[in-house]
Amino acid sequence: MTETPAQAELVAEAARIGQQIAGPAAADVDRDGRFPVEAVSALKEARLLGAGVPTELGGGGCSLTELAAMCEALGRHCAATAMIFAMHQIQIGCLVRHGGGSEYVRQFLRDLTAQQWLIASVTSEVGVGGDMRSSRAAAEVDGDALTLCKDATTISYGAQAEALLVTARRAADSPPGDQVLVLLPKSHYTLEQTGNWDTFGMRGTCSPGFKLRASGRAEQIVPGTFADIAAQTMVPYSHILWASAWTGLAKGAVAKTRACLRAEARRRPGVVPAGAVPLAEVLTTVQLLEHSVRTATAEYERLTSVPEGADVLTSVGYALQMNNLKLSASQLVPDIVTRCLGICGIAGYKNDTPYSLGRHLRDAHSAALMVSNYRILATNASLLLVHKDT
Amino acid sequence: MREVGEEVRTVVGEYGRLSVDVSTLSEGSSLYEAGMTSHASVNVMLGLENAFDIEFPDRMLRRNVFETLGAMQAAIEELMSVELTAA
Repeated sequence: MTETPAQAELVAEAARIGQQIAGPAAADVDRDGRFPVEAVSALKEARLLGAGVPTELGGGGCSLTELAAMCEALGRHCAATAMIFAMHQIQIGCLVRHGGGSEYVRQFLRDLTAQQWLIASVTSEVGVGGDMRSSRAAAEVDGDALTLCKDATTISYGAQAEALLVTARRAADSPPGDQVLVLLPKSHYTLEQTGNWDTFGMRGTCSPGFKLRASGRAEQIVPGTFADIAAQTMVPYSHILWASAWTGLAKGAVAKTRACLRAEARRRPGVVPAGAVPLAEVLTTVQLLEHSVRTATAEYERLTSVPEGADVLTSVGYALQMNNLKLSASQLVPDIVTRCLGICGIAGYKNDTPYSLGRHLRDAHSAALMVSNYRILATNASLLLVHKDT
Repeated sequence: MREVGEEVRTVVGEYGRLSVDVSTLSEGSSLYEAGMTSHASVNVMLGLENAFDIEFPDRMLRRNVFETLGAMQAAIEELMSVELTAA
């Protein structure tokens, strides 16, 4: 087994894979709505799927800051690849931060890293209306044996994943909000696809619905409540890594736009292109977005490095902050890309130029929908009735 | 005037949307396991602020403070004693 390279090299490798492999395949992935197999294979070969696993379990030992940098780097070239990588690292984060006390989880992480397995998330469910903190399905435990059946409205790259992390009610008689996470390697479940994934953006994430049928052992339930895991890890990782992938997407669109304007300027030196000032405006928004994500990431790293931080992570104030990050990033990114389109003009509007922005714009529109911003705003509105800002 | 613990239990029973009767719960029982969702817990917080004429500072708006009847009672008593000291 080769030794895992230093974390900075891993970030650089993710950027290289984005530029040299994910980028060139991105149009194809989007056109056919197919899984970005080239990029994910390259990520596996570079052992990047294990990037978030601690080094003592064979992984890259990367921090959330480094994972965020990888998501951004990939997002510049293929938003679908970046999102798949982000979703995978979110599950890893939950297992690493909450499964340390379980030898089953630790061994799973060793195996995942050694084999470079891809792990997907199953939080959605038919009949719960998009509320991640509510389940109908339950982990049915009988002695040592566990069974779980769940009808998921969407499982991103579910067919391609080698493992799943699934939310479910703790037991058959548990209320909807009393949830746990169940870790399921591929040999423990079957998936029956229940629909298609034919969307106008993020087409390569391959996220149709599936009916899951699983059996395993009670030890596959990750220790702790999903409520705590969600507040302390899944939500912060999700919002930070998604926002990072989206930032990459925005920067990729801006890079094309800048190249378009430079080409125009070179053709007619002395004539300032009409898009030059609008581009300058766009850059202020990109910086705002970037700083917002970096601040949130640094704050999370700080809170997870002090003992009293775990408590803060479950506070109303922190939930508001994390939701605000997702809300603002998901609104800024399509705005940035739309303005880039205005600057590039017809060259951006066409699908077959070096400055094509169609895929970027379509992918950007997914941000406000993956967890609906209206749902998040309603949650924040409720929290603001008790939050004092002291 | 009703005892703090009794009042807390009444408010939780009214707003907690529990899947069991609040009278069956001990001071240490997990309200989340008894069906209280995050959304319902906000209504409980509002109900308690109204019933006791207090405001929970943000540092108290965390999951473990509203996990059990006992934890809520302790938080309220802490706030009420602070008020008495200030008066």
